[in-house]
Amino acid sequence: MDSQGTHSSNSKDLDSLQRSLHKNSKIKITELLFWVVAFLMPLALPSHDMMISEIAITALFALSLDLVLGYSGIVSLGHAAFFGFGVYSAALFAKFFNADPLLGLVVCAVLCGFLGWMCSFTILRGSDLTRLMVTLGVALILLELANQMDWLTGGSDGLQGVLIGPVLRRFEFDLEGRTAAWYSMSIALLFFMFARVLVGSPWGYTLRVIRDNRLRAMAIGVPVSKVLISVYTIAASIAGVAGGVLAQTTGFASLDVFAFDRSADLMLMLVIGGVGWLYGGIAGAVIFKILQSELSAVTPQYWMFWIGLLLIILVHVGRDRIKGWFMPKGLFGKLGEQSEVRK
Amino acid sequence: MNAAAHPLDTVLSATGLVKTFGGIKATQNVTLNLKHGARHALIGPNGAGKTTLINLLTGVLKPTSGRIELLGEDISDLSPHLRVRRGMVRTFQINQLFDSLTPLETLSLVVSQHMGEGAVWYKAMGQSSQVLTRVDELLNQFRLLEVMNTQTSLMSYGKRRLLEMAIALACNPKVLLLDEPVAGVPTGERDELLATVAALPADVSILLIEHDMDLVFNFANRMTVLVNGAVLTEGSPEEIANDPQVKAVYLGHTQIEGHTHG
Repeated sequence: MDSQGTHSSNSKDLDSLQRSLHKNSKIKITELLFWVVAFLMPLALPSHDMMISEIAITALFALSLDLVLGYSGIVSLGHAAFFGFGVYSAALFAKFFNADPLLGLVVCAVLCGFLGWMCSFTILRGSDLTRLMVTLGVALILLELANQMDWLTGGSDGLQGVLIGPVLRRFEFDLEGRTAAWYSMSIALLFFMFARVLVGSPWGYTLRVIRDNRLRAMAIGVPVSKVLISVYTIAASIAGVAGGVLAQTTGFASLDVFAFDRSADLMLMLVIGGVGWLYGGIAGAVIFKILQSELSAVTPQYWMFWIGLLLIILVHVGRDRIKGWFMPKGLFGKLGEQSEVRK
Repeated sequence: MNAAAHPLDTVLSATGLVKTFGGIKATQNVTLNLKHGARHALIGPNGAGKTTLINLLTGVLKPTSGRIELLGEDISDLSPHLRVRRGMVRTFQINQLFDSLTPLETLSLVVSQHMGEGAVWYKAMGQSSQVLTRVDELLNQFRLLEVMNTQTSLMSYGKRRLLEMAIALACNPKVLLLDEPVAGVPTGERDELLATVAALPADVSILLIEHDMDLVFNFANRMTVLVNGAVLTEGSPEEIANDPQVKAVYLGHTQIEGHTHG
């Protein structure tokens, strides 16, 4: 439309509008610092390489759920379906076709994206409760399929003997996991940058608009179903890549990657770290994994007790205060209530 | 576009609309024509079927039978978001806003959406000066400039009401359905809202649903009275005000007397 309105805007006004809009999407120094420190971690803590790798993978997995849950408001209790599918895709591809890890990830992304696209039609309608059930169901179906098809997947014994070639034909995966740590972090960083661009774009804002008010989103011409199908496909693809990286860095695939615990833990991480901002997943993954490892060293049987206690404190006692201490977007956006579903 | 070429033409026409819910006839054979640039008011007592009619026009509900044309094109089978893209936009009686966004973000998204950039994912929102210019205009027009960086959920009711309308106007409407725009607005913020309603662009055709007779008679140049899901009568404000049938059914109270000459 022509814009000969009642008001003539000068370029200074427009600049200030643009600055306000881009305030949140600018890369900050703390952010750069964070990634530099992250990449130096394997050198600082050489004995924890595998743990660092696992945290990076989990953070990537959490990023995927955050796009769906935090940004689009679609609850999913079966996100492990895509993660697990990625694990087996990467492992089988490496075993039977090609051992190149990056090529394997591309295949993973495509296959899991396709699975996500198919599943996306099940989450378009219904309430949050039906979505929880449907997503959970999909993960259970895949778990049982992997269990039954033991000629291909190794069933409950797991898939062994997966050999992965060197990254970029140069960097061999070593035993203590140095390469694995950097590889996992690089892939995570890559997708974080991608997600960062995504959520700051007009398309990214349509996600938030759908989450906030689906009725009005339709009334301003947003093709709601189409957007949700796309975001679910992208998220599934990212979750699949996270799974693929796990398979490649451990050389192993087992049924527990589909397990309900994995989906539920992931949701806990987002609750701890905060939904609807990209670093919430990282924060949650780091806190959860470190707690898990420390607590289970102290009390192998009862570590979940302490995680549970932490959650209850977070949700009930300090929700608002903790929000204030940490970051503007907060620890508990919309998820306070949803986390209680699990208890 | 068609409407620009023939400015006096009908922009929106609903013919023989029927909607039944089980045994209840919510809309009975309603025919409604909206002229280009019209200020058309739809009035009727509670339960007359005004909201159902709006939902039929915008595509939220599917009519049991009947036909809806927008700018000469049959849109009866189009989904809601495609009708919006063709220029049929509504506001809501109860604010439907995006609470976690600021007015600036909200309007930037809506304007981007209607400049064909809604699916752009590779660059940050608000890069094009075309979008920003339009957003700036809207922020000024709807007096939202000072709250443009305030999260919507924290804004006053009057400002939220203004944003509600600004969003609709950002969609480049040809036909704007205003559902009780001043409902619930406190007196202090009312004038601001009325002024912006009066200042809506003349080439946008407006269908106003309102209980506030002051606003209706100040604003409308054409009126339709809906009773029990059917059109009772249609005419100019004077005709409606003097219609004994209307007085009997709906406007039987003194509220209307003062407006018969205005």
